Amino acid sequence: MDIKIVHLTKVFADKDQAEVRAVDDLDIVIPSGKLIGLLGPSGCGKSTTLYMIAGLLSPTDGQIYFGDDDVTKLSPEKRGIGLVFQNYALYPHMTVKQNILFPLQNLKVPKVEALERAQKVADLVDIGSLMDRKPRQLSGGQQQRVAIARALVKEPDVLLLDEPLSNLDARLRLQTREEIKRIQRETGITTVFVTHDQEEAMSISDEIVVMKLGVVQQQGKPQDVYNNPVNKFVAKFLGTPPINMFNAEIVDGKVMIGEEAIAEVPFENQEVEVGIRPEGFEVVDGADSGAFSFVVEQIEFIGRDKSIVARHPNCQTASFRFIIDADIQGVEVGKTIRANVKPNKRYIFHKVTEKNMELSSPEELEVVEQVEELGE
Amino acid sequence: MEVKRNQLSAWLYLLPTIILMAIFTVYPLIRSFFMAFAENYNYMTDTWSSIGINNFRIILGEGSEFLQYLKTTCLIVIISVPISVVLSLLIAVGLNSIKKLTKLYQTIFFMPYVTNSIAIGMVFSVMFAGDKSIVNYVLELLGIGGQNWLGGVSTYGNHASYVSQMTVLLIYIVWHSLPFKILVLLSGLQGIDKQYYQAAQIDSASKFTVLTKITVPLLSPQIAFLTTTSFIGAFKEYSSVIGLFGAKEGATGGHYDMRTIVGYIYASLTDLNVGEACAGAVVLFVIIMVFTLLKNFISRKQIHY
Repeated sequence: MDIKIVHLTKVFADKDQAEVRAVDDLDIVIPSGKLIGLLGPSGCGKSTTLYMIAGLLSPTDGQIYFGDDDVTKLSPEKRGIGLVFQNYALYPHMTVKQNILFPLQNLKVPKVEALERAQKVADLVDIGSLMDRKPRQLSGGQQQRVAIARALVKEPDVLLLDEPLSNLDARLRLQTREEIKRIQRETGITTVFVTHDQEEAMSISDEIVVMKLGVVQQQGKPQDVYNNPVNKFVAKFLGTPPINMFNAEIVDGKVMIGEEAIAEVPFENQEVEVGIRPEGFEVVDGADSGAFSFVVEQIEFIGRDKSIVARHPNCQTASFRFIIDADIQGVEVGKTIRANVKPNKRYIFHKVTEKNMELSSPEELEVVEQVEELGE
Repeated sequence: MEVKRNQLSAWLYLLPTIILMAIFTVYPLIRSFFMAFAENYNYMTDTWSSIGINNFRIILGEGSEFLQYLKTTCLIVIISVPISVVLSLLIAVGLNSIKKLTKLYQTIFFMPYVTNSIAIGMVFSVMFAGDKSIVNYVLELLGIGGQNWLGGVSTYGNHASYVSQMTVLLIYIVWHSLPFKILVLLSGLQGIDKQYYQAAQIDSASKFTVLTKITVPLLSPQIAFLTTTSFIGAFKEYSSVIGLFGAKEGATGGHYDMRTIVGYIYASLTDLNVGEACAGAVVLFVIIMVFTLLKNFISRKQIHY
């Protein structure tokens, strides 16, 4: 069952009665049976969106459809959802078994069947042997599995996870995110999860939805979004190490960073910003070949790769970081080296709209520019 | 050296309290234990004839008033504690779910706590006593018919029954003990993570299930605390009886004697029956101790965390 979100808006009134638009005219379609990551920095409205899908918050405007049914006004228990809270919200006074049985008891499922289903779902998330423990006797990872089991046991149509990995330590996080992916694949349940960790979202989602200040920036397969960010925000938000930003200028169809032309584009002369992914540099030998030159400040070996910290006057940060193969020779601290910029790893962003110019139609760039001018 | 000096100053700081406690709490405690076993104790000369259990034999013996007072006290405990705990729980949950004017309602419900209990008792006796009392008026209107609640001359007969007097007393005690309990339970309720309720809502729990399966267990530490303290409080019930029935505690004027154990102890002291008063105090102490141990034993299994 797919989820359609149409013009969804949530306005909160803060203490001074000023309105805060937590979610602003959100339009997304969550395809059936997929794992979708809602991704964004804190305060971008991703959790608010999740809670509106769950029915715990009612939207100010807009509709939510589960399949063809409008569930906007439906109360949470009638929506057929399972929700895993950020801090799990396991009932502390009940054992694991009682926690998992709780939804079934409320639905008046016969006892024998309920026990069977609880054991089955507990085995699925690998906590079948912990049924008689209390939540506080479990580790964070185990508690989380119990929370997932409790959400899954009533066989919901939609599974919602609020920051599912944020309370786990680094190693457990890696393990659990694979686990979530596995459980999702085995049950085939439409799953939406919220996270501020781009790596987490990219690694397990079938699709990611990047949000900023209540507005969707981009939706797509993680690799597509990473390779073709529609604007500077998305480009900067995805990827570790982060993308490197440079001030540049388009002169006669050439993208100039300082005195050097790193690419050719069919745009008019104007100031732009250029983003280059850390893996987008091709270091070349010799003083005259290679489009882009900079001073190496520091070299870190990270196993297979070398991470190079370098400096360039046009860089928007004091230094930038890129990654090259560890075998490449001739890179030394203090030396000026030259590199080519891979064309699919660099993006040209409009100075005012911050949109990826190569992915935007001229109208898109223009319209916003005029609004911007009117405002001044 | 440093540690020793620190310890010395710590004891020095505690000294005023320790001295006061020793004089006014510890010594009287030990002394009253002793006096309970001293026979023919003379308060003026501080002399006694022998040590034995004669005082207990008197107060627990056949035909002793003490047993009647013990019965009254136990009835108060057994009836008022469960009712007031359950009632305060329901009121606290209700208050907690009110969104508007919460502060105002909380203030109203807290009023009895800060009001003098003798004053409340007088108001209660006006509400219940006589032909023209408001309670009888309302009961007549409802067609149930009034009663002689507190004794005295009335058209309902010149004697109040033990049951009707006990009813008024219990209403008074429960009502008076509610605010503190509500306050404790409210603060407990506000400490419960809202996500449990959201989780329960998603798990399709009914309101009743939420109350019994989630709220009550999560409040069990507060409920246990309140049960213990109100058990002890109810065993020591005294001022409510004075407030309702006057200083004579109902011994005259056509009503039953509603004295409690503490009332008996006070009365014995005034009559200079010091040995019997102390024996009564020891019996009360033993009862409270047994109840507390029993409660601790039960709650070890019932409190969830």
